[in-house]
Amino acid sequence: MATVISNERLANGVYHLRVEGDYGGTMGQFYMLRAWGAYPLLSRPLSIHQVNDDGVEFLYHVVGEGTEIFAELTPGDPVQLEGPFGNGFPEVEGRIALIGGGIGIAPLYYCARQLPGSDVYLGFSREAFRTEAFRPLAAELTVDVGGLILDSVDFNRYDHIFVCGPQPMLQAAQMKGAAAGVDGRRPNVYLSLENRMACGIGACLVCSVSCVDGQRKACSDGPVFLAEEVVFHA
Amino acid sequence: MLNTLVNTTATIAGVHFKNPVVMASGTFGFGKEYGKLYDVSMLGGISGKGLTLQAKAGNPGIRVYETPSGLLNSVGLENPGVEAFLDKELPYWETLDTARIVNLGGNTLPDYVLGAELIQRDADQRAQAGRQAVDMIELNISCPNVKEGGIAFGVKTPAAREVVRAVRAATRLPLAVKLSPNAEDIAEMAEMCEAEGADAVSLINTISGMKIDVRRRRSVFNNLYAGLSGPAIKPVALRMVHQVAHRVSIPVIGMGGITSATDIIEFIMAGATVVQVGTYNFMNMRAGSTLVEELHQFMLEENISSLDEIRGIV
Ligand SMILES: Cc1cc2nc3c(=O)[nH]c(=O)nc-3n(C[C@H](O)[C@H](O)[C@H](O)COP(=O)(O)OP(=O)(O)OC[C@H]3O[C@@H](n4cnc5c(N)ncnc54)[C@H](O)[C@@H]3O)c2cc1C
Ligand SMILES: Cc1cc2nc3c(=O)[nH]c(=O)nc-3n(C[C@H](O)[C@H](O)[C@H](O)COP(=O)(O)O)c2cc1C
Ligand code: FES
Repeated sequence: MATVISNERLANGVYHLRVEGDYGGTMGQFYMLRAWGAYPLLSRPLSIHQVNDDGVEFLYHVVGEGTEIFAELTPGDPVQLEGPFGNGFPEVEGRIALIGGGIGIAPLYYCARQLPGSDVYLGFSREAFRTEAFRPLAAELTVDVGGLILDSVDFNRYDHIFVCGPQPMLQAAQMKGAAAGVDGRRPNVYLSLENRMACGIGACLVCSVSCVDGQRKACSDGPVFLAEEVVFHA
Repeated sequence: MLNTLVNTTATIAGVHFKNPVVMASGTFGFGKEYGKLYDVSMLGGISGKGLTLQAKAGNPGIRVYETPSGLLNSVGLENPGVEAFLDKELPYWETLDTARIVNLGGNTLPDYVLGAELIQRDADQRAQAGRQAVDMIELNISCPNVKEGGIAFGVKTPAAREVVRAVRAATRLPLAVKLSPNAEDIAEMAEMCEAEGADAVSLINTISGMKIDVRRRRSVFNNLYAGLSGPAIKPVALRMVHQVAHRVSIPVIGMGGITSATDIIEFIMAGATVVQVGTYNFMNMRAGSTLVEELHQFMLEENISSLDEIRGIV
């Protein structure tokens, strides 16, 4: 059992949760959280926003039953955490772009801290949040509200591109990655997928991802996949 | 250490269960993942992910949806196929000290038979080398999430009889048949299994259900229907276990919505020899170890020295 340090509202329906305890993890990994007893049945996966000495932090968007309960948490409340799970983003070197869409910026903050000097692109549909936290970490920070953040990114400029956001954005990034390349050099585009999960550890196959070489599991083979591996369905 | 003053053991067709807590097929993989969280050899047994002869990709689209106290799933029997399972998973199973159950599905009758034959052949080869990795086959004729096979065999007794008979002839391993709550007459189905030489019956598999997305005006599942599990189905499961246990003399493996020691006791009182736990693994990643400990505690509190004292008492 972990304890809530703070649960700050950042924007409409967006919260920053800090939890105390001995919790680690690498960039792109996630925890399964619950702040209730039996119901809702399933725990909710949330990406690591940051890890520090006294605990772990999350950034989440209120969308339904579970995250509504998270939003009610106050300091001192207990939460259950299991993790860290998943493969996470790879440790890479070179010219790096981090691209987040909406709440997809959550795991990228930890990436920005681990990979200082990356270019960071943050896109929001209505309201920007947490962007100032990225500024000291980024070589260049681009924020867009209401447009398509991918339009701001020249894929040819990078060796590695990390993307997290809604599925249409991931699909678009996959296409841009496939079309990019100069002198035979193409960026490695990594996508963090958000499939529904039940077990979170690779046992139940509800999070299955179609990949070019067959079915993989978002929770244990991912959530991060090389863009060209993933086969998106309509 | 668990208290040894209480006896939680059971035996089915010579297979020893150190306690009645068996992990249900499809919710526990082949045990390896949960083995990183706790010692799965403390469990009574493990029923592996449902296998088919050939690997299966499962269903596209959303595969899980929560309902009040239940879970709809539409995994569609994604699995690596029998041969890949024998190659890749059994070295791990050989190291486990718990009852190891292979859950076998199929698309066609020959698929079921070939699958059973491969498992038997592997068991024979291992036995020659003094090894064992599989203790029992659980024949799944009840998956509601696949169009061919699966439940098509599990609804009508004559179709089910053909499969049970053919698989019984193909293997000497202890055989449990997993029944569907969607069967026309589940007690008749169980009697058929006993008559065909099955060593046990498992019940229940998920109940066929549905969820509609009213804004998109369609089912949330590509396959239209999905299988309901979890606490929502416990009363139905318990009734069916009770019904079947009174009609057959082979052991009943009961499951459906178990999330506590008292749930386990209910199933045992209804006549189950051991139980299986599925959806609860998603509510509590340490479900197995929690339940085994709670069960010991409950038996001490209630002065139950052996589960045999209460089995079928209702
Ligand atoms: C690996 C991973 C990391 C994630 N990281 C974050 C994060 O850092 N911040 C954040 O705000 N969200 C994140 N999500 C999405 C988050 O898990 C869902 O928004 C959340 O589970 C919704 O729960 P709910 O009860 O509020 O919604 P409900 O709609 O009531 O949930 C019903 C069910 O659907 C699932 N579900 C609903 N929406 C999603 C979704 N978008 N993705 C996956 N499952 C969903 C729920 O887990 C639950 O099982 C992540 C998802 C995954 C898979
Ligand atoms: C995600 C999921 C996958 C399942 N896959 C299988 C399977 O492959 N074979 C099988 O016989 N039963 C399968 N089942 C059914 C369970 O083994 C069990 O019969 C059912 O879930 C009822 O138990 P529960 O309420 O404890 O979950 C599956 C259930 C779930 C939730
Ligand atoms: S959530 Fe169970 S396998 Fe990924």
